[in-house]
Amino acid sequence: MSINLSVNNQPYSIDIEDEQTPLLWVIRDLLNLKGTKYGCGLSSCGSCTILVDGEAIRSCSFPVSYAAGKNIITIEGLGSLEKPHPVQQAWIEEIVPQCGYCQPGFIMATAGLLIKNPTPTDEQIDEEITNVCRCATYYRMRKAIHRAAEIGLEQNKEGQLDE
Amino acid sequence: MSKEKKKISRRQFVVRTALGGTGLLVVGAFVFKRPIRRALAEYADTVELFYTGSTDDPLIWFELTSENNVVFHCPKVEMGQGVFTGLAQIAADELEVSMEQIQVVHAASASGNLDLLSTGGSTSISSLWEPLRELAATMREMIKIAAAESWGVDVSELSVSNGIIAAGVNKTTYAEVAEGITDWTIPSTPELKPMASYKFIGRPVPRVDLIPKVYGTPIFGMDAQMPDMLYGAIVRSSKIGAKFIDADTSEAEVMPGVVQIVKEKDFVAVVAKSMYQAEVAKRMIKATWETDKDWNTEDIEAMIRVGEGHPVEIQKEGRAERILEGSDNIISAEYFSPIGAHAQLEPNGAVAHVEGDKATVIISTQVVKITRDEVAKRLGIKKKNVNIIPTYLGGGFGRRLHTPHAAEIAAISKAVGKPVKCFYDRIEEFQNDTFRPPTHHLLKAVLKENGLIEALEHNVSSGDVSYGSAITPPLVNPIMGSDLGAWRGGMIQYRGIPNYRAVSWRVKLPFATSWWRGLGLMANTFAIESFMDELAWIAEKNPVEFRLQQIQDNKRGHRLKEVIMVAAEKAKYTDTVTNGKAMGFAASTDVNTPCAQIVEVSIEEGQIKVHKVSCVMDPGIVINPNQVEAQCEGAITMGLSAALYEKMYVEKGELQPVLYGPYRMALMKDAPRIIDVTLLEHDTKPGAVGEPPLGPIGAAIANAVFRLTGKRLRRMPLQEELESLEV
Ligand code: FES
Ligand code: FES
Repeated sequence: MSINLSVNNQPYSIDIEDEQTPLLWVIRDLLNLKGTKYGCGLSSCGSCTILVDGEAIRSCSFPVSYAAGKNIITIEGLGSLEKPHPVQQAWIEEIVPQCGYCQPGFIMATAGLLIKNPTPTDEQIDEEITNVCRCATYYRMRKAIHRAAEIGLEQNKEGQLDE
Repeated sequence: MSKEKKKISRRQFVVRTALGGTGLLVVGAFVFKRPIRRALAEYADTVELFYTGSTDDPLIWFELTSENNVVFHCPKVEMGQGVFTGLAQIAADELEVSMEQIQVVHAASASGNLDLLSTGGSTSISSLWEPLRELAATMREMIKIAAAESWGVDVSELSVSNGIIAAGVNKTTYAEVAEGITDWTIPSTPELKPMASYKFIGRPVPRVDLIPKVYGTPIFGMDAQMPDMLYGAIVRSSKIGAKFIDADTSEAEVMPGVVQIVKEKDFVAVVAKSMYQAEVAKRMIKATWETDKDWNTEDIEAMIRVGEGHPVEIQKEGRAERILEGSDNIISAEYFSPIGAHAQLEPNGAVAHVEGDKATVIISTQVVKITRDEVAKRLGIKKKNVNIIPTYLGGGFGRRLHTPHAAEIAAISKAVGKPVKCFYDRIEEFQNDTFRPPTHHLLKAVLKENGLIEALEHNVSSGDVSYGSAITPPLVNPIMGSDLGAWRGGMIQYRGIPNYRAVSWRVKLPFATSWWRGLGLMANTFAIESFMDELAWIAEKNPVEFRLQQIQDNKRGHRLKEVIMVAAEKAKYTDTVTNGKAMGFAASTDVNTPCAQIVEVSIEEGQIKVHKVSCVMDPGIVINPNQVEAQCEGAITMGLSAALYEKMYVEKGELQPVLYGPYRMALMKDAPRIIDVTLLEHDTKPGAVGEPPLGPIGAAIANAVFRLTGKRLRRMPLQEELESLEV
């Protein structure tokens, strides 16, 4: 079957035999966007987190057919080198990554959280960010999440002034 | 320790021109071959592991490009520990180039710059500290000599910075000099610069891999691909000790996307057009296996007992054994730690391509050379025809100190005649891990009348860590007779105690046990430092004071004393409970790096909650304070996770659980909100960083819980132990 997808604001039409194929594998191997990671394939680690219509989901357990017509953002489409997304900016400032493998998942989960809740409290972060980082970079991540919220607010203000 | 200084001699220095790559000038060296005796001597608790480079190939370390940048072919792999950044800082300072001019890449085995051992044991920076600076300085001087000759001036008249050489009105770049020269004068090893003149060493420069890791750049083994690549999936048994017999593959063969079934003597695999199709088809294969026994946790626990297996005395001072035998006032306690999983996020796997008598394997591995040799052996081809291309690791922690799947995947590629990518799934990763072995500890002591320790003995029984492992030099096993990894952290560090002794009992378990960040460090420190706390309590002494009074008067002792005192001061240590929170203290010395930690703990709805960790560590010279702090934060939180929650068990022949969640690990909600790291630098060289801070955390938490509840947790995971003591 053929499915139309919008990934990082690019339209794609893909042919796929099995519509149950997890979106993760379509993104990684058909679209060749390798930033979204496989960690468990069973929705237990969050390495594969992406945004679907602005909501953070775990793409390893999300059949590609559900994604038809939806707006998908992966780590590659979040920000650019010239214009990093606030979460990426904060991650750079705090020097969060160690091995780095889990980081795209956490960055996307955080981006999703900030859409719902631009200034999360520590308790809300604890509740919402449930991905796994084996290097255990949580301490810097928490600082980076608060910093990202701050950058987001600053950018919003600037945006309003510009208008 | 006094080390005879062995400089890189002129004969050992290698210069080559362009490799067909980007290099204008390629330098390396034949160095670091040390006799095995030295290896044995250094392969001990208190000494850093040696670095051994390849001796049969010209080693390529630095390539100078026409853009006046330097490509550094790093023989150590980057798994999060920051080794690329630290080594780049060291090289840049002696090369006199900026950090932006240095690009670090993993040395592929075909480039010759091959680490004969591995990346592990927190030894990368310490072992390369001198040789790398010497190489860099030699290359810098070579270029300077050439420039001076062409200008007809003396080398001493040159000034250099950012890869630009100047003298009077003359100015040129390294690249420009290299362009015109084929005949280099190689100086004898130049004097290294004084520490104070370094611009990058000692500074918190950002990680060199920061941007790729924040933007999702494909840098990991699992991101690798080759043109025309197929996807494989190997069937793995869930049972301990299973031997492959045969498989019925008829149903799998007709599944969508399946290209071929590959049956080898030791495994069966399916090859398909996509990863998902390979995974789905794999589940349709009915493999038969042979197992001797369905193991259970009780079987394993019965094996891991002090008194079972083979004992070796690893430390002895005074007459501890005799005093303990003759005393009626022995204080003793037993401690336990469970089987631990590595649970690194990136599963194991590789992309392999075999063409005729040549093979290329792209892989996340900590052992490039061993992997190369195993692939060559399985395929029956020459080692030099195998190119292992290491990638960034999605976590190492010791899990990739043996990567035998490389050879399996190469065999699959050979069978299908195309490049093949093949990875473990998460369940297989959990069940086929090379686990942290479970341990049992028996501690005994006799106190003097003044409350200090008269005699102390630590017995540890552990599954194998390094014994018989592929990376342990073969002679070490029979000579030492004990498992050097299992007793890491198992010696008594308070050497002001007049009589002490440590004994290690070695047990071979039916499943693979191996290196896990810090090896025996976490479990041994948990046992010894919990016991020290028990003794202090019995002696009615402040646990910090109790320790300080029993430290020997030498350099090692002074460094340990200092981290303990600074930690107590910074954390404002008290042994009383305040506002429902208690503090716990513990310290350890790992590979010459002393570390003290103080935790603040409360119990919230039955859950042990660690609010704050103060950590003071003295790794000697700190190359990058920001990254050393990051290693402390990570090791502390990973150690907290292992100490509080993590546990594998054995049921009906299977290791369980097989998923994140059921294998409970610390998440954001469990991580301490405050981690306060203080670094001391009381040594003249950089020491171990990545593992030492994992030592104290387990005992520190257990000691705090005792102060808080009166309950002594002697078995990890501590959260489960607390719950079991409560019912
Ligand atoms: S890979 Fe999707 S949650 Fe782990
Ligand atoms: S940075 Fe390594 S798993 Fe998170």
